Amino acid sequence: MTVKYTKDHEWVRIEGDVGTVGVTDFAQQQLGDVVFVELPEAGRELTLGGEAAVVESVKAASDVFAPVSGTVTESNGALVEEPSMVNSAAETDGWFFKLTLSSPSELDDLMDADAYKAYVEGLH
Amino acid sequence: MNNQGRPTAIPAPTSAAGDTVTGNRGLRIEEPLIFEQDSPGRCGVDLPALPDVGLRLGPVKPRGSIGLPGLSEPQVVRHYTRLSQKNYAIDAGLYPLGSCTMKHNPRLNEKMARLPGFADVHPLQPESTVQGALALMDELAHWLKALTGMPAVTLAPAAGAHGEMAGMMAIRAALEHRGEGARKRVLVPESAHGTNPATAAAIGYSVDPIPATAEGRVDLEALKAKLGPDVAAIMLTNPNTCGLFERDIIAIAEVVHAAGAFFYCDGANFNAIVGRVMPAELGIDAMHINLHKTFSTPHGGGGPGSGPVVFSAALAPFVPVPYVRKDGDRFVLVEREGEGGTAYGRMKAFHGQMGMFVRALSYMLSHGADGLWQASGDAVLNANYLMARLNDVMTAPFEGPCMHECLFDDRFLKGTGVSTLDIAKALIDEGFHPMTMYFPLVVHGALLIEPTETESKDALDQFVTALRALAERAKTGDAAWFQAAPRFTPRRRLDETAAARKPVLRWAPEPERLEAAE
Amino acid sequence: MRYLPLTESDRRSMLATIGAASVDDLFRDVPMAARHSGPIPELPGHMGELEVERLLGSMAARNLAAGSCPSFLGAGSYRHHVPSTVDYMIQRGEFLTAYTPYQPEISQGTLQVLFEFQTQVALLTGMDVANASMYDGATSCSEAVKMANRITRRKKAILSGGLHPHYRDVTTTDAAFTGFDAVTLPPDAFGGEDLAGMVDAQTSCVVVQYPSVFGRIYDYTELAKSCQAKGALLIVVVTEAVSLGLLTPPGDMGADIVAAEGQSFGNPLNFGGPYVGLFACKEKYVRQMPGRLCGQTVDADGKRGFVLTLSTREQHIRREKATSNICTNSGLCALAFSIHVSLLGEEGLAGLARLNHAKAVQLAEKLAGVKGVEVVNDAFFNEFTVKLPKPAAGVVETLAQRRILAGVPASRLFPGEHPDLLLVAATETNTDSDMDAFAQALAEVL
Ligand SMILES: Cc1ncc(COP(=O)(O)O)c(C=O)c1O
Repeated sequence: MTVKYTKDHEWVRIEGDVGTVGVTDFAQQQLGDVVFVELPEAGRELTLGGEAAVVESVKAASDVFAPVSGTVTESNGALVEEPSMVNSAAETDGWFFKLTLSSPSELDDLMDADAYKAYVEGLH
Repeated sequence: MNNQGRPTAIPAPTSAAGDTVTGNRGLRIEEPLIFEQDSPGRCGVDLPALPDVGLRLGPVKPRGSIGLPGLSEPQVVRHYTRLSQKNYAIDAGLYPLGSCTMKHNPRLNEKMARLPGFADVHPLQPESTVQGALALMDELAHWLKALTGMPAVTLAPAAGAHGEMAGMMAIRAALEHRGEGARKRVLVPESAHGTNPATAAAIGYSVDPIPATAEGRVDLEALKAKLGPDVAAIMLTNPNTCGLFERDIIAIAEVVHAAGAFFYCDGANFNAIVGRVMPAELGIDAMHINLHKTFSTPHGGGGPGSGPVVFSAALAPFVPVPYVRKDGDRFVLVEREGEGGTAYGRMKAFHGQMGMFVRALSYMLSHGADGLWQASGDAVLNANYLMARLNDVMTAPFEGPCMHECLFDDRFLKGTGVSTLDIAKALIDEGFHPMTMYFPLVVHGALLIEPTETESKDALDQFVTALRALAERAKTGDAAWFQAAPRFTPRRRLDETAAARKPVLRWAPEPERLEAAE
Repeated sequence: MRYLPLTESDRRSMLATIGAASVDDLFRDVPMAARHSGPIPELPGHMGELEVERLLGSMAARNLAAGSCPSFLGAGSYRHHVPSTVDYMIQRGEFLTAYTPYQPEISQGTLQVLFEFQTQVALLTGMDVANASMYDGATSCSEAVKMANRITRRKKAILSGGLHPHYRDVTTTDAAFTGFDAVTLPPDAFGGEDLAGMVDAQTSCVVVQYPSVFGRIYDYTELAKSCQAKGALLIVVVTEAVSLGLLTPPGDMGADIVAAEGQSFGNPLNFGGPYVGLFACKEKYVRQMPGRLCGQTVDADGKRGFVLTLSTREQHIRREKATSNICTNSGLCALAFSIHVSLLGEEGLAGLARLNHAKAVQLAEKLAGVKGVEVVNDAFFNEFTVKLPKPAAGVVETLAQRRILAGVPASRLFPGEHPDLLLVAATETNTDSDMDAFAQALAEVL
């Protein structure tokens, strides 16, 4: 199982050809209290870098971009009910959606955990 | 991800020590919702007797109960009086909201707008019975044209954003008229008010940001690089949202025009330059004017406004209906596209915000050309005075002189744990309405202060004393004290997160409310 | 100048603090070519209150005030009696001279008013939720169509011929610029439109007016079902909000969105503005709504309070992806609406609506008695259409010379069509003698 990260602060966890996507802990801190998420419905085709979901705090709305291309298989219904899970469990229970990867080679361009950590530190 | 926005955390509840039995605190009286004061059978009006005739409702059934509460007139008066006392207002004190021009609202204007000859006239009366109303619209149009140097104006738009819509529609209509409908890109500085990109997008344009220089102005070279045959227009605010005059504005207009595009100017900040600088001489093609800012019509807790748009000769044929035309010594209302050449359609049910026109004209007549000249000068002087008096304790991102508003960022709060929001809330306890916060977005933790010309030097000095003291205090690192502000208001910080997570947007009787929450 | 507090000595000392030589010096960023050296010569100098009153008073005197004569105009703007309390209250500086409630701790007055207003609008229309107001009924209508397009992800709106043509035009203007189809039907003066039959899989919404611009009233329950069956929304427009005190509310008929004009409550005719757009919808669509919303919450001490909420829909946060570009709305007109509705309450509103209907029934009976006049509608609220043996525009002009405002000729709203039709409205302000004078004058000029 590998986890990869984007410069836009999404993570994707790979298990076989299925990726689970969410936003990073750093992202949730930047957003503040999350009050609403809008997730893609199953079956939707996503392309790398395209708008996939929306996450909102009281004073900001951000798009979540697809870290890899693929077809959505499931979105996290529990998160819609309890958006605060983005804050309390960004990289675990607060996942956004799962998709089957259509071009797994796209993963090669994403950061691993160490690279992402260094990237975030560089932002300060 | 986007890390704009502002903190919304609220402090933990404090002890209720010192509370009164009623929850009231002297003049500050708790007031329940009007729905919680219902007593069936009570009524605040006495109606004439009902004639004894039957219903003629055909297939439609009379409705059952509506669910409104019954109150007598004195209860209603008390309800709204108590509510009014929970509001800050210009009448009560300094209201330095940047970009909003919260100046004194003369009561003469209210009196004039209520003359029956203006207030009690139906929009569809025969033209022969409304010549005075049409004359007033024509006179207001004359003032707006004279103050901008522009040849045409539409009075139809209901507010600034609606004016942006009217102006951008005119631009699109003009482009389509000359066969250039394929131009679909609009250039908008990142510092722009949200209505600018929202308007451009609403009429089908893509929004392309233009970067700013280190001096807080449009980067002319970057703008040139962005121009191209697919650009429809630039939307630029001048004076801009950082409170600065766009020094290169004439050159900007030239390069935009050379590229075949139009120049839309957001005139929300017109108050800085009224009577001193002619928008026509800056190369502008369309500009809205917020009568509820520059020309003192009251903001009313959120509106109504009025957003006339002045047009250059190139756009003058492309206006919405209706408009007033003079025909000999009679005024005619042109209500339809066909009658007016290339007019492009209608934006509002009737002819515009007449009640606001009367107020604005009353303001203009009161000032005259000399008073308007003085007003814009004083507005700019007041802002520069605040800038000069605060500059050493706060941090300004750009060098002055500023125009009618001065901008600070939150560098002076760095490492203190105190945020722009906290400063604002502490100012409330000092008896001032805060400045505009977190706008424009290009400046971190922005504090945008617009005093307007109707503030006295004494009022400015009191504000400076309070704000300087708060800035000094913040630097001592007293973050907890700031975060607990405001303390002396009818309500303390409100939980906006809870409001957004489980929206309660209306009152409902108890059982229904439980249902809705499920 | 009475509004300017700075004295010459203030100005001098402030310039010294700034370190500028003159006020002109502060304008040094303005290109020289665009700077003026003194007040604009073609405009007059300042005036005192007395002179302004004289000048504006003389302009006002050139208009015929509707209250100074028998008046029967409607068609989207209605003359009702506004209780004195309303105008007194809205002139309190704390309401009048406040901005949008961006600082909730010192704006609880405005915010609670908005929360109560939203509730009143929801109750009147029979809908779940309402917003804090739009510019007017026509812009509400157009925003409702755009909202339906977003919800259904479709682009075809069907506009009934009973819709006020100005509302139709605002919507078709928007359609032309924002890129959706607005299918318009011919004026529905005599009824018989088959809207349900037109709804197809591309239709985002059907827009009907209730009562229609001709004063006709229909039960839209079946139409709502037809829309629902095809995945389209039903938008009900109301231009005379007093009707909601008597008629089955649109929400009970299955409307998805109600877009209405609220002028009838608390707001004078004002020659057409400012008015107040009402906007209500089903709860499930709330995140697609345009405009501001006020919501309930608690403060740091746990006390109930109110804030503007769900703002991420709006332009100041969502920018080019906002649901609408609206910012300033009709706050003070909404306050006037709300105070008037509070004074009326359940009993007063039902009584007022019943009275308006009764006045219209009386007027219809009187006009039907005039030779050559035919009342077109069987059923109506407080406005109906009559057919005259002569062009209505000329009759209206002639009666205006006799100081009777007789109604709105259909041809003013629909140029070139139905020249013989006249729209006539009656409200509680019309007396028996007004109506008799109208009927008699009409008999004389026909
Ligand atoms: C710079 C700027 N542009 C546009 C607007 C929108 O004007 P209105 O609120 O009248 O629609 C505002 C108002 O706040 C503004 O400050």
